[in-house]
Amino acid sequence: MADDGGSNRTRRRTRRRRNMRLSKLYSFACGRRPSVADDDPESSRIGGPGFSRVVNAGVPEQQQGSNSISTTKYNVVTFFPKSLFEQFRRVANIYFLVAGCLAYTNLAPYSSSTAVAPLVIVLLATMVKEAIEDWRRYQQDSEVNNRSTKVLQDGVFSDVKWKDLRVGDIVKVQKDEFFPADLVLLSSSYEDAICYVETMNLDGETNLKLKQSLEVTSNLLDDDSFTTFRAVIRCEDPNAHLYSFIGNIEIQEQQYPLSPQQLLLRDSKLRNTEFVYGIVIFTGHDSKVMQNAMKVPSKRSNVEKKMDKIIYLLLSSLVLISVIGSIFFGIATRDDLQDGRIKRWYLRPDDTSIYFDPNKPAISAVLHFLTAMMLYGYFIPISLYISIEIVKLLQALFINNDIHMYHEETDTPAHARTSNLNEELGQVDTILTDKTGTLTCNSMEFIKCSVAGTAYGRGITEVERAMAKRKGSPLIADMVNLNKPFQTEGQTAVKGFNFIDERVMDDNWVNQPHPDVIQMFFRLLAVCHTCIPEVDEQSGKISYEAESPDEAAFVVAARELGFTFYKRTQTGISLHELDPLSGKQVDRSYKILHVLEFNSARKRMSVIVKDDEGKTFLFSKGADRKFTEAKNSISADRDEKIEEAADSLERDLILLGATAVEDKLQKGVPECIDKLAQAGIKIWVLTGDKMETAINIGYACSLLRQGMKQITITLETADIIALEKGSDKEAVAKASKDNVVQQINEGKKLINASSGEAFALIIDGKSLTYALEDDAKGIFLDLAIGCGSVICCRSSPKQKALVTRLVKTGTGKVTLAIGDGANDVGMIQEADIGVGISGAEGMQAVMASDVSIAQFRFLERLLLVHGHWCYSRISSMICYFFYKNITFGVTLFLYEAYTSFSGQAFYNDWAMALYNVLFTSLPVIAMGVFDQDVPARFCLKYPMLYQEGPQNLLFRWSRILGWMLYGVASAVIIFFFSTTALQHQAFRESGEVMDLAALGATAYTCVVWAVNVQMVITVSYFTLIQHICIWGGIALWYVFLVAYGAITPTFSTTYFMVFVDALAGAASYWVVTLLVSTAALIPYFTYAVIKTRFFPDYHNKIQWLHHRNRGQPDSNDADVEFGQALRQFSVRSTGVGVSARRDAAALVRLNSKVYHADSPQLS
Amino acid sequence: MRVRSPKNASLFGSLTGRLRLTRHVAARGLLSLPGIPAPIVGAFSLIGIVFVPIGLASLSASQAIVELVDRYDAECVSASDKVGFIQDTKTDKACTRTITVPKPMKGPVHIYYQLENFYQNHRRYVKSRSDKQLRYKDAANLIKTCEPEGTSADGAPIVPCGLIAWSLFNDTYSFSVNKKTIEVNKKNIAWESDKSSKFGSDVYPKNFQKGGLVGGGKLDEKMPLSEQEDLIVWMRTAALPTFRKLYGRIESDIMASDEITVVIQNNYNTYSFGGTKALVLSTTSWIGGKNNFIGVAYVAIGGICFFLALCFVILHVVKPRTLGDPSYLSWNKEAPDHPN
Repeated sequence: MADDGGSNRTRRRTRRRRNMRLSKLYSFACGRRPSVADDDPESSRIGGPGFSRVVNAGVPEQQQGSNSISTTKYNVVTFFPKSLFEQFRRVANIYFLVAGCLAYTNLAPYSSSTAVAPLVIVLLATMVKEAIEDWRRYQQDSEVNNRSTKVLQDGVFSDVKWKDLRVGDIVKVQKDEFFPADLVLLSSSYEDAICYVETMNLDGETNLKLKQSLEVTSNLLDDDSFTTFRAVIRCEDPNAHLYSFIGNIEIQEQQYPLSPQQLLLRDSKLRNTEFVYGIVIFTGHDSKVMQNAMKVPSKRSNVEKKMDKIIYLLLSSLVLISVIGSIFFGIATRDDLQDGRIKRWYLRPDDTSIYFDPNKPAISAVLHFLTAMMLYGYFIPISLYISIEIVKLLQALFINNDIHMYHEETDTPAHARTSNLNEELGQVDTILTDKTGTLTCNSMEFIKCSVAGTAYGRGITEVERAMAKRKGSPLIADMVNLNKPFQTEGQTAVKGFNFIDERVMDDNWVNQPHPDVIQMFFRLLAVCHTCIPEVDEQSGKISYEAESPDEAAFVVAARELGFTFYKRTQTGISLHELDPLSGKQVDRSYKILHVLEFNSARKRMSVIVKDDEGKTFLFSKGADRKFTEAKNSISADRDEKIEEAADSLERDLILLGATAVEDKLQKGVPECIDKLAQAGIKIWVLTGDKMETAINIGYACSLLRQGMKQITITLETADIIALEKGSDKEAVAKASKDNVVQQINEGKKLINASSGEAFALIIDGKSLTYALEDDAKGIFLDLAIGCGSVICCRSSPKQKALVTRLVKTGTGKVTLAIGDGANDVGMIQEADIGVGISGAEGMQAVMASDVSIAQFRFLERLLLVHGHWCYSRISSMICYFFYKNITFGVTLFLYEAYTSFSGQAFYNDWAMALYNVLFTSLPVIAMGVFDQDVPARFCLKYPMLYQEGPQNLLFRWSRILGWMLYGVASAVIIFFFSTTALQHQAFRESGEVMDLAALGATAYTCVVWAVNVQMVITVSYFTLIQHICIWGGIALWYVFLVAYGAITPTFSTTYFMVFVDALAGAASYWVVTLLVSTAALIPYFTYAVIKTRFFPDYHNKIQWLHHRNRGQPDSNDADVEFGQALRQFSVRSTGVGVSARRDAAALVRLNSKVYHADSPQLS
Repeated sequence: MRVRSPKNASLFGSLTGRLRLTRHVAARGLLSLPGIPAPIVGAFSLIGIVFVPIGLASLSASQAIVELVDRYDAECVSASDKVGFIQDTKTDKACTRTITVPKPMKGPVHIYYQLENFYQNHRRYVKSRSDKQLRYKDAANLIKTCEPEGTSADGAPIVPCGLIAWSLFNDTYSFSVNKKTIEVNKKNIAWESDKSSKFGSDVYPKNFQKGGLVGGGKLDEKMPLSEQEDLIVWMRTAALPTFRKLYGRIESDIMASDEITVVIQNNYNTYSFGGTKALVLSTTSWIGGKNNFIGVAYVAIGGICFFLALCFVILHVVKPRTLGDPSYLSWNKEAPDHPN
């Protein structure tokens, strides 16, 4: 029983401590006066390099930086050049810039303004977007900068804005205010000059930290005492170390050393303290939190990386066709003048410029190459990047506003913090998840205890339930009926307390066999902790600020059982407790003599207290079957080196009892994991827990199941332990390594030998250290990939990040890391996508993440619905983009062949310029935002659909190239059909014939119709907006023709009145439009019909099913069967929850009741 | 992090509200209906039903048109050095052609000249004009884009400048039907908008064909450009190297087996670059001139669609898609690589 409670506690502790060590944290002892002795070697460095800051208290230093901060990317001056520079880091934009510059020479096939216009529009749009984003950051900054705080000015504390703070200012910070800068604590409202600080914004820890000023300044109790106060602080220069600080303060020519204990960091919050006084030492960007603000590594999605490759492909095909064109052009130009005889005299080849010189055809051809590069530039979709950015931004808004991912209890919606990874959410292959706080609630519940050999508590833990289920205990079926299998976290009346036992509740414990032991046990729970009580003045209810949830759970339990801890002072703790003799509530206070802080080596904490009767107790609680013990009457030895002596103190203790707290699984976790596993996503749990706990949790959340073969790699074997007793470290390391490699190889053999069995790999942190070494990680990964579930226990944050990197680079697949705490930051940043749980444990994980969600179960919807949609949308969108541009570009190229490759454009300059930005831009954006290949509930019902992402079926090269070829085919059809239909005969009844402008406009019309109607065929989900965009795009073309044609002919040139005068009145124009655009679309339409009927993709099948169900609301049996077949088909042999489903499916035929009882997550 | 509740997200709340609204009118796309033959067959049939009649109508309109094409470039030059012949300004280039009308031609009969292998769409050629100069009297000096046909030998600006105008087609035709001279109406052969807005009514030709080299036809210096319809027609550059341009109209009907005699002044040099010249007489209908392609293509596409519809129906009857038959499930089987 001691296991659950104790180990949970230890786990939390170790986790925290480990972080702290990792981040070079200087952990300070609680409530201990700092040493005044000046023997610290560090202090001698003050004044030297790196320790040069001198602060005169009360004398604001003007030269140091101001306290205003700026997190904006740009300012007014740098915005233009810097954002432009950012833009031109994209190959495509550089191409368009060069093309735009060349357009001012005679090389240009079109007028210069039309060449520059689209680029300018696109750049402007992107810059506006950047500006808006930066403006938001600026507003956030200025909100912070304009907060006010009280600053000593001319002897009085008056309100000053944060940004006007200077180094040396003396400030007064009130309760629940943020510290405006890094301060040195002078004094506080408490007599002993302590204060409590919440550092959640810094390190994500929710517990309050105690800070205490030097004694010498602690007497500055009111505003007036500062009139005469003078001090000089000498300290280190600004740096990013949050937990170290070296400096001294000189008061009346006496120096006192300063430590982190006196440092109040910006962005942390004053709690439980009325006010503090402090001196500003680091301002603005010098403050430690700002120095710490690291750049989040920017991540690019695989789709975008591939898109770059496509752009390069297009650029090379652009070069290729330009070269082909130039060769033909060179030949044609050379032939114009043969042996002094002019051939095409109307071109005056005898009196020509270098661009068309028949005597120098090679040079002309080279120059023509540049012209062609510009002309065929329509191959490169200039607006692709900005369109994708807009689409992703809007997609992110959908994610943020999805009511199904909104957690009502905490009022937290999902939040896509970086929108450029949306489609990556649809391609996740492996999820690496933290356990505590991610899979579990991280709200510890006191559920059982055992005192004096009697177990109390009737609750059933989820682990017990899972274990019973595993063993097939018949009892559990009844229990399930009684006790809802997965309780929501809100169901317990008191947070942190899920204990039911009438034997000890309501003061009944006095009638139990050993009431004295029980009394001492409850007293221990109420006394031995570092919590701070908060009494609600109105209701009188007491709540607790605790360092960790399990600590709070103990104190809450004590309260609920009648030992209410209500007051803590520096020196004592006060309780309401039941006096078993009188049977009355009495108030008792205990004088705290010393606190032996928790320490991961000892894995316990102790307090030494003296009660009212003068008896001294040592209360100790700890983990791992070690004890929960107390010892009477020790000598009141309070040595400075008490920590070292602690071990000797904590001996000969008396066991009072054991506790069990449960960290409940979050709501819906097993179901979610089951769904994700069915979707073919591999799930690795990386946890700091010990192996037994990890395995139990694995069962509870259906990652492990009965019948799965477990491959356990551990170094807790007898021979290794024996070796470790020896001192030869190298020998131990070598033996350990060999042992691990051997275990891995054995595991692999096992997997190779098996046929279709599911395996689970469980590896502990120590083994992981060796398994992650360069020469072993390959085989380790092989083994891990072969297993259905992987659980890494006892892993450090660094190992988590390393494992993530191994999976990411080793498999080349998309990894997603999800976690909630500061210890998960490493893996969140390492993974392709980092997801933070925005819950209780601070914001560090969230700040480092790309997407934050409130609960693990939302991952299901985030990936299976939004991820799939975004992936499907973005890939369709990009494919379509290339299609529409190639269609357009190839018509230009084909026309070239009829102009002896002279570089004459088929269409009018402005019409071409607006193709991408006006006539075809909006439908594709609408598709990227609104399209749904499959409705949400089908995405969830058929999770295997998700595999289209990880296998990259929708953005595979064949599909991309297919679209491109289709673009070429469309262009060929459009060009030859329209030119053949309207070649040289009259196109109107009045006998007029086609000219360049009219034929170009007709072909253009066909292109606009074809690509927009193509969108109608491609889109699988229509909204009004899509209709508006598609038909609006076509309408815009006609509006353009009319409006542009109405402008003076010196501007509209060839298109002057081309529509009104010539085309609109010609029946053949309309007839040809219908003919050509239909002809261009029929190949795709036919292909798509055949494909969906005979070679359907998975989503096609689901669409079909969906349609059938819609057609027949009372879906017939056949459909149900087909649906099951579809789902059956999605079963993967190595799946986790999936094979369980198969088992369940077999069971269901036998006994449907067993089905429900056995696998509740499947219903 | 600032967390925003969807409930009070004022800005976006309204947007999503609207989006949700649109969901109600949302409909699944056409291809989301796979495997269901009815809509697919319906779509193909619909195309067929619409296309075949349009095709037949176009075809019959095209067939009703009488079009006579008489290529005369070779026949009208007897000399072996055709280029030398055509470039010789002194020789008489008159040439008489006789055409027998096979079917009655209802007036107006449109007269075209057709050039082949003439690249009016060459970039150098297309750009070699000055739109401002053509339109405004005062813009005679805007000849920058016209080189090398911008100035005459003595440096004065040419109006109209540029290669297009300079190479103006200058063959002329005079017609007689059954030995009786008939009038050719050369009015209204150019676009109305061109005459009114592109070519100035106060702009007169100046220094035309007075450069170093004489190109094509000459212009009447007393007639404003807006009335020089031959020039206006010529300056609408053709899209393809084979093109026709309207020469004029014969307003009267021509009977079957009538004999049309055309006296051609064969001035224009297509011999240097191996081009051909032809005279075309054609009636028109609602579809325009004679071209069976539109009708044939319509009928063909309609037919293909009918055929496809039929195929799908047959497939559905012969081999209906069995529900729940997993053999259709090609999941993980790489589908043929084509766009979807």
